[in-house]
Amino acid sequence: MADPVHECALRLGDDSLILGQRLSEWCGHAPMLEVDLSLANIALDLVGQATLFLGVAGDADKLAFHRDVLDFKNCLLVEQPNGDFAQTIARQFLFSNWQELVFRELTRSRNATLAAIAGKAVKEVAYHARFANEWMVRLGDGTAESRARVVDGLEWVWRFGDELFEVDGVIEPLIASGVSADVRKLRGEWDQRIARTLADATLEMPKPRRAAKGGRIGHHSEHLGHILTEMQFLPRAYPGAQW
Amino acid sequence: MSAAVALKDRVFEVLAHVLDPEIPCISVVDLGIVRDVRDDAVVITPTYTGCPATLAIEAAIRGELDRAGLSRLKIETALAPAWTTDWISDAGREKLRAYGIAPPPKGAARSSLRDDATCPRCGSARTEEISRFGSTPCKALHRCLDCREPFDLFKCH
Ligand SMILES: [Zn+2]
Repeated sequence: MADPVHECALRLGDDSLILGQRLSEWCGHAPMLEVDLSLANIALDLVGQATLFLGVAGDADKLAFHRDVLDFKNCLLVEQPNGDFAQTIARQFLFSNWQELVFRELTRSRNATLAAIAGKAVKEVAYHARFANEWMVRLGDGTAESRARVVDGLEWVWRFGDELFEVDGVIEPLIASGVSADVRKLRGEWDQRIARTLADATLEMPKPRRAAKGGRIGHHSEHLGHILTEMQFLPRAYPGAQW
Repeated sequence: MSAAVALKDRVFEVLAHVLDPEIPCISVVDLGIVRDVRDDAVVITPTYTGCPATLAIEAAIRGELDRAGLSRLKIETALAPAWTTDWISDAGREKLRAYGIAPPPKGAARSSLRDDATCPRCGSARTEEISRFGSTPCKALHRCLDCREPFDLFKCH
C-alpha cells in the first residue's frame, strides 16, 4: 500500500479535478454570460486545487492524464452528468458546502502542505458555495419550470450525498494522527447548511434513499470513463506533447 | 547596507518591471506576489489557486532576473501563508483604480463575501454587483448606479 497521505491527497485532488472538468463542459453553453463566467471560474479554481493536491500524491500531470478509470478515487457525485442547469447547481450545492467544511478542517492538518492548500482554497470555495446557494434559492423560489427542474436535479444528486461523509480504513489512521479531516463530524453542520438554503428556496428536503457509494475504492459509474476519454485524449494520443 | 538588504532591494527593483499579464497596469511587487528574497532564491506565492497566469508570471520573473544577471536565484513557490488582497500595496491600489478596476476593500471592510465597491470612474459608492465571477478569477463585475458604467472590482481575498 502506498503512503496513506498520498491516497488522501489523491481523493481530494480527484474530486476537484473531475468536477472541474465537468463544469468546464458548460463553457460557452451556460444560460447567460455571467453564469458562463462563474462556472468557468469555479472550474478553474477546482483544477488549480487538483494540481496542488495531485502534486502531493505524485506527478500531477501523470496522475491526471495517464491513470485509468479504476484508479480514480473521486466521489461519485462529481462525475455525475451536468444534466440541465438546475441539476448542475444541485450537484454544486451539495459539493461546495461539503468542500468548504472539509477545507476549513484541513487548514488545521498536521501535514503542512495539505493545510497550506486548504488554507488557500477555502477562501475560493466560500464563493462557490455562496454561488450555488443563491442559485438554489433563485431556481426553487422562481418559476414553476425552474422549481420543477431543481426539484428533479436535487432528487438525482441526493443519493450521492452520503458517500461524502464516509471514512474507511485508509483515512481512519490519518484522522487519528491529525492529517485528514474527520468528515463524519461535519455531517451535522452540512445538514444544517443544506436545510437552511432549501428553506430559503421553499424546497423540501428530499426523502432519504439508498446511498450510491464506491468512488473512493475506484468503483465508478459509467460516466467517469467518458469524462476521461475526453480529458485524456490528447496527452495519450501524443505522449509528451508540448505547446 | 548589508548584502542581503542590497540584494533584496535590487530584486524588488528589477521585478517592479514584471507586470501581471492579465492586469498589465500592476507589477508582481505591487500585487504582493513577491514574498521574500534569500541568498539563493526569490520566494513567490500564487494569487488564486487556479489562476492561469501563474505560469506566465513565473516565466516573466525568470526572464527579468536573468536579464538582470541574477540567474543564480531560483524561484520558489510558497502557498502559506495564503496570499491576500491586503498585500496589494497602496501604490498598486491607485494603479488599479486609474486603470478602471476598483481596488479590493482592505482590513475590516474585507470580512464579507459581498464586497462593497466604489466606482473607479466617478467615485460614487452607489454601485451594485452584476456577477461575482468576472473576466479573470480575481475580478467581479459591478455597475455604477450614478455614471451607469460597468466596472471590474478586484475581489477581496
Ligand atoms: Zn460611476
